[in-house]
Amino acid sequence: METRNLICIGCPLGCPVTVTMDGDDINVTGNTCPRGADYAKKEVLSPTRIVTSSIRVKDGAIARVSVKTKSDIPKSKIFEVMKEIQAVQVDAPVALGQVLIKDCAGTGVEIIATKTVERV
Amino acid sequence: MRQHDIVIIGGGPAGLSAAAAARKAGVQDILILERDGVLGGILNQCIHNGFGLHTFKEELTGPEYASRYIDMVEEEKIPYKLNTIVVDVNKNREVTYINKEEGLVTIQAGAVILAMGCRERPRGALNTPGYRPAGIYSAGTAQRLMNIEGYCVGKEVVILGSGDIGLIMARRMTLEGAKVKVVAELMPYSGGLKRNIVQCLDDYGIPLKLSHTIINIEGKERLTGITLAEVDANRNPIPGTEEHYSCDALLLSVGLIPENELSKGAGVSMNRITSGPNVDDCLETEVEGIYACGNVLHVHDLVDFVSQEAALAGENAAAYVKEGQNRKKSHKVALAAENGVRYTVPQVLNVDTMKDTVTVRFRVADVYKERYIAVYYDDKLISRKKKKVLAPGEMEQVVLKKSSFEGYPEIKQIKICTEVE
Repeated sequence: METRNLICIGCPLGCPVTVTMDGDDINVTGNTCPRGADYAKKEVLSPTRIVTSSIRVKDGAIARVSVKTKSDIPKSKIFEVMKEIQAVQVDAPVALGQVLIKDCAGTGVEIIATKTVERV
Repeated sequence: MRQHDIVIIGGGPAGLSAAAAARKAGVQDILILERDGVLGGILNQCIHNGFGLHTFKEELTGPEYASRYIDMVEEEKIPYKLNTIVVDVNKNREVTYINKEEGLVTIQAGAVILAMGCRERPRGALNTPGYRPAGIYSAGTAQRLMNIEGYCVGKEVVILGSGDIGLIMARRMTLEGAKVKVVAELMPYSGGLKRNIVQCLDDYGIPLKLSHTIINIEGKERLTGITLAEVDANRNPIPGTEEHYSCDALLLSVGLIPENELSKGAGVSMNRITSGPNVDDCLETEVEGIYACGNVLHVHDLVDFVSQEAALAGENAAAYVKEGQNRKKSHKVALAAENGVRYTVPQVLNVDTMKDTVTVRFRVADVYKERYIAVYYDDKLISRKKKKVLAPGEMEQVVLKKSSFEGYPEIKQIKICTEVE
């Protein structure tokens, strides 16, 4: 049996949760909501993260548009995803929610704009 | 003099939420004054996720969260003026602002909502010795330069202070290819949220050195390095613990200060601990018709709570505009923060006119484990709740119910404190 103490990052409450693993049997305590149990299970089996960054915009009202991975990606892929994000430049205007990269670094996850940037 | 029912100073998360709530409460004539060129305030540069879990039950980035509120304001056609800076508010609720189109204008407000937010504590407040080379930024300035203006702030980075913006920037700069060598914190505990230490530092193997500070800054034109030292219990550097780090950027994340020059000008009484106005359960300051909400009132950790608080200020300002002098407030009871509780917001409760529930927010003075948060009405214990961990970096709250005051018609004081046993 293995025990790991984690801090849930599901929301800013940051609950201290304890995960006990006994083979396939995973038990989570200390969480205040179901999200905490989900996070803890995922964190010990295959940790994932949402990645946020920004992409260069040509002819935009501001120089960069903020972006995020549409869903969480494997933690081990973070820097590969960043490499693709850094290589891209988009033309203004950009709309909130617009897909800027379709399948980022083979994760199958889209990179979407998180703000609107007008063209100038 | 032009008149408006409600004038809101600041178009960030607090101002936008207050405006939406005041309109919902039936006030048509609202004006938001914003000094930046866009609405949304600091959320525009907070491109990381984690906003909105309480308000929208989904995880949004800062710009997405801001856009939800900007959309509400646009849909409701609530007027706002951008690139407009307020230079004075007085106790008669006359608001003076300047912009390029109108010049200097004074307007009469039925109610004023202060929603100016806060600013970062600068290097000058730290008394750190050394030169003044280029490459030293407050964490929020670096965040703006990177995320909005698209500049590379540095390649080898040291961060002083473990506030949330510093932690977020440690990750952000690492993702952009910089080497963040260390985050140093003067106090024996972090000033940031636990989740940010996990996902911004631990995820990337960035060391957090508690009880450490910078004792020298090197470099004449451009920053070349810093010297770090451990501090003792009195926060004095311990000789022999000096460590040198080469770096070309130093970010300071050493606290936020509510921006209250206008509030002071209006004559509202200020709280020594929060550096914000003293308010009652309506979030009204001691000057009638002037309300305060968001980070100008006290620095928050979560924008969700700013939005909630600001909506309350908006509703109450709307009620004041409608009821004006007819409104009755009596039986004011002071809230006392004692034994490890540093302050409370609000500081005063109107027991007779309070809503069914009032949320009291506060911070504790130190890191405590296995302590109770207790509420007393005068000397009578009303509630006690055990908390595994309490930390100054995490705002706490208790909810007071109107019904709980029924047996206490003569109550003089509400005390909120921590207890060991």
